[in-house]
Amino acid sequence: MVNVALPKGRLGEKVYDLFERAGYSCDEMHDKGRKLIFENMEKGIRYFWVKPSDVPVYVERGVADLGIAGKDVLLERHPDVYELLDLALGKCRMCVAAKADFFDDGEKTLKVATEFVNIASEYYARQGRDIDIIKLHGSVELAPKLGLSDVIVDIVETGTSLRENNLVITDEILPISARLIANKANFKFKTKEIEDIVNLMRKQVKEND
Amino acid sequence: MISKKILKNEERAVLALRTLYRKHGYLPFKMNKFEEYDFYLENRDFLPGDKIVTFYDTNGKLMALRPDVTLSVIKQSEDIPGVKHRVYYDEFIYRTGRHTKRFKEMKQTGIECIGDLDLYDIAEVLLLGADSLAKISPDYVVSISHLGILDSLLADTCTDDSMRRRALSYIKTKAAHDLERLCREHKVPEEKTQRLCKLVSLYGDLDSVLPQLEVLCISDESRDGLKEIKIINKIIASTEHRDKFVVDFSIVNDMDYYNNLLFQGFLKGISENVMVGGQYDRLLEKLGRESRGVGFAVYLNKLDMLDYDKTPKGSLDYLILYDNEEDIIDISARSRQLVDAGYSVSVQKAIPKKLRYDQIIDMRREKN
Repeated sequence: MVNVALPKGRLGEKVYDLFERAGYSCDEMHDKGRKLIFENMEKGIRYFWVKPSDVPVYVERGVADLGIAGKDVLLERHPDVYELLDLALGKCRMCVAAKADFFDDGEKTLKVATEFVNIASEYYARQGRDIDIIKLHGSVELAPKLGLSDVIVDIVETGTSLRENNLVITDEILPISARLIANKANFKFKTKEIEDIVNLMRKQVKEND
Repeated sequence: MISKKILKNEERAVLALRTLYRKHGYLPFKMNKFEEYDFYLENRDFLPGDKIVTFYDTNGKLMALRPDVTLSVIKQSEDIPGVKHRVYYDEFIYRTGRHTKRFKEMKQTGIECIGDLDLYDIAEVLLLGADSLAKISPDYVVSISHLGILDSLLADTCTDDSMRRRALSYIKTKAAHDLERLCREHKVPEEKTQRLCKLVSLYGDLDSVLPQLEVLCISDESRDGLKEIKIINKIIASTEHRDKFVVDFSIVNDMDYYNNLLFQGFLKGISENVMVGGQYDRLLEKLGRESRGVGFAVYLNKLDMLDYDKTPKGSLDYLILYDNEEDIIDISARSRQLVDAGYSVSVQKAIPKKLRYDQIIDMRREKN
């Protein structure tokens, strides 16, 4: 039995569709109820819905053999897992944004507001830029507007939220998409089952392209 | 005779592994719990994690609680042509936990082989690693990688240190898709990109992987590595471990210290590696030594996760209840009788809240 941690929400539903098309369906999944664990004994697969940011925890701790997590979560947490496939779903970008009239002359410490402290720190460390990180848990776009920070580092999907807050993208750090991750130890003992799933999922991803 | 039920997984393992290592000519190595801090500071990058527990000794010297065993063993070995310093240990080390980021006391056992080594010694240590896992559980896997091969392909592909660092981070997670993207960003020729991506995706038993490695290893350095793996495969093939080895190039360690063979061990039921090992000739070289080194550590504290015995821990066979009116000679005789028959017994006046037991003998009721 291969255990799969799916992220609750729209992305998780899209990913399940991919699993279904790859031949790993589970009829009960379409029932809208409160149940969180579903299994198809015949196909040897069990799904469970978890909070998206918890997916790497379930996988790293081996409760789930496979899971789906955004590249942003993986870069922020650095879980010790395999990242077997880019599912090309939930595509967005990790960007630096600032007020349109902001100019970084490099003379003072740059104040950076973000939920993604590690990603932002690593990005500026690569440039050797001195920064002051301000960890926020939401509504990051407000920070430059209210003078809390000079810039923000955040996920940008359509850019609407930035525009509404008069912010512009100044740099793109990296593209983000959903990744199929696996527990390193469990992979050793369920190699064939996991590789079969990965190969069939890869075909679906190619067809989606 | 100690009942197996009493022993914890790690205690059972220590007993079995001590015997195993002795049989193969490894001698016990006992070391101090702490060393001078400077000793670790000089080789800090070699240590997993960047935190060390320090304290001042009575003479004012800054000391450190041992975060690693290998460095201490190296310090006590000598460079003598033809001689190999073979030791085993079971010791506590002090490191920060991966998840908690707080200091933890961790029990580890393992072997170190330092001296005038050749491929025989490397293979011996690798096989002893597999033997160690087999002593703990029949469901084990040993993954092996070869840094010589990986290093050669990386040198052929990466244009600068920053690219190399990023490539290594993708290799560790088998993220061939990101590695491919990175190579394209740096305009690496397609043939070289595919070769590196294939190496990272390679996984399987040695017999199935070796033909693919033949195609990927084209430089002299990588051919040398391949030659070593082929010899090791022949040695493994004649042992009971032949179906337990897999090749996995995602095992990466600091290449400033480690070289050539690296390996990790896994046990079914434990969600992370329980054994890590490999060659550290480069560390010895940095220390100005002529010896080569290879060894491994088994993380005994992780064996807790193995579910040998479903009996709840702390459960007793019998609970004897009595009150002040009982004759304590009777109570003592009753209790001894059960213990002599091989049962575990707790004698109490009231039932403790957290005590689990299978049967109760209530001497207070018996007399009514």
